[in-house]
Amino acid sequence: MKTASKPVVLPPAAVGAPEVPRSAGRRARGPWRRRLADQSRAYAFLVGGLLCFALFSWYPAIRAVVIAFQKYTPGSSPQWVGTANFTRVFHDPEFTAAWRNTFTFTLLALLIGFAVPFVMALVLNELRHAKAFFRVVVYLPVMIPPVVSALLWKWFYDPGAGLANEALRFLHLPTSNWSNGADTALISLVIVATWANMGGTVLIYLAALQGIPGELYEAAELDGANILQRIRHVTIPQTRFIVLMLMLLQIIATMQVFTEPFVITGGGPENATVTVLYLIYKYAFLYNDFGGACALSVMLLVLLGLFSAVYLRLTRSSGEEYA
Amino acid sequence: MSSGTRTLVSPLTLARPRGKALYWTVFTAVVLLFALAFLFPVYWMVTGAMKSPDEVTRTPPTLVPKAWHLSGYTDAWDLMDLPTHLWNTVVQAAGAWLLQLVFCTAAAYALSKLKPAFGKVILGGILATLMVPAQALVVPKYLTVADLPLIHTSLLNDPLGIWLPAVANAFNLYLLKRFFDQIPRDVLEAAEIDGAGRLRTLWSIVLPMSRPVLGVVSIFALVAVWQDFLWPLMVFSDTDKQPISVALVQLSQNIQLTVLIAAMVIASIPMVLMFLVFQRHIIAGISAGSTKG
Repeated sequence: MKTASKPVVLPPAAVGAPEVPRSAGRRARGPWRRRLADQSRAYAFLVGGLLCFALFSWYPAIRAVVIAFQKYTPGSSPQWVGTANFTRVFHDPEFTAAWRNTFTFTLLALLIGFAVPFVMALVLNELRHAKAFFRVVVYLPVMIPPVVSALLWKWFYDPGAGLANEALRFLHLPTSNWSNGADTALISLVIVATWANMGGTVLIYLAALQGIPGELYEAAELDGANILQRIRHVTIPQTRFIVLMLMLLQIIATMQVFTEPFVITGGGPENATVTVLYLIYKYAFLYNDFGGACALSVMLLVLLGLFSAVYLRLTRSSGEEYA
Repeated sequence: MSSGTRTLVSPLTLARPRGKALYWTVFTAVVLLFALAFLFPVYWMVTGAMKSPDEVTRTPPTLVPKAWHLSGYTDAWDLMDLPTHLWNTVVQAAGAWLLQLVFCTAAAYALSKLKPAFGKVILGGILATLMVPAQALVVPKYLTVADLPLIHTSLLNDPLGIWLPAVANAFNLYLLKRFFDQIPRDVLEAAEIDGAGRLRTLWSIVLPMSRPVLGVVSIFALVAVWQDFLWPLMVFSDTDKQPISVALVQLSQNIQLTVLIAAMVIASIPMVLMFLVFQRHIIAGISAGSTKG
């Protein structure tokens, strides 16, 4: 900013003067020196961001792969162990449970977390009143910190004073163990995640629905299509792309679920809610086995990287990058 | 009942008496459903904190507290040391926001306008990190933060451990770069001819033109740090340094339920307030970001 005051003090006469302007003067110094000066200036702007990416994105990604093949405990020098980490992790009974839980969680989150917001957006799009109210209210849970929603639902699921069982009793339905039962714990967590995140999905669907040309509905109606047929033949084909995009993003996000199982169930009961990321955390911070943790990370990385690649390919090819 | 665009149900159907009746039935049902699903849990939390410890565990529960106690909130404030944890969160979020704005804008400006050598390669490397799921990398990232290469310092229990990794945010950087790309070269060249340096051009020409995108990036940056849990859980083992999200979970085991609920409410207030103030921008950002890149 030191250069900032310079042009201001230039006398007005200088503007019309035949002298070479400053920038042109720089150019006259010769292409080689100018290029070097330009480059060093460009890199001066880049260096901070670049260092952070190098340290906290690129280096850890490479390191995950390296450490996956090492016996690694902080403080002592690492030893190469080949694929021993992978085989050890693979034979851990929690490994199968973690992957099974993660896949089940993702699948359930897709089924519930997609159908419900889609229907919601469909209905909201037809309502002509209180639009702002609906948008704010549906997005409110997204703004509540995930830890708070997890603790809130832990309290709701409480077998004694929990609201969830109270609601079932009110409806004269049998009560449930919710997050405390081995067979209901995972679905209980899916409900929390859906409640907490669906606001974003609903809003994105709403935007997509508003992009559908009204003429299509009109034409369909003239052809005698009823509401369900109009949804089937107009709404769904028109929003298919957005649905696909969100589905991929949701798969990538839900496969990294951690907060809900950590806070609500602690992975239990009987490993029913241990997820892959939770297991990575356990290997690193409970077992102090960073080799095992990195082996697991690499597996998760490869799998999710595939989904990301598909996502990027699809968004690129449609000319819509990073929806 | 005029509407701008035609949707699934035609305006004609809605104008008929049967359509009208149906519309208002559905409308009422949706209002009730939304209130029950999204507002009621929040109401339950805010009032639950004001019940007496006996009342909050009573079955059947009371819809309205019999007596209103504020002690839940004051106890949470004092017993759980919320001022410290809230302050930690504010420091972590503000620093991450500031560093992200400074470094990401500078880098995005360089990549967009200064034509650095290997700029394409660098951008590719940055975009590639979008394909790497962030959470899957937390363990090697933790090891890096615990012992920085070359200088061998640890950023554990240091806000820098939150701030610096936050800068490596490919999404925000790309958002900024794309916005800068749209600024015509002529504008910058005119500034250059007037004698402005690169920094001056960025500060007085590019940034003022980029207010909308800076706002979006700011909100993303603040929300991300405030809501994060796993990373600060790893970075801050020192209780006094923990942000509110980590402290809540760590203290939730041995604290009275009403006090914990009150602390949960207090932890949510800043984000909810920010949302209510900026809701138009936030909602517009989400909706716009989805339909076009």
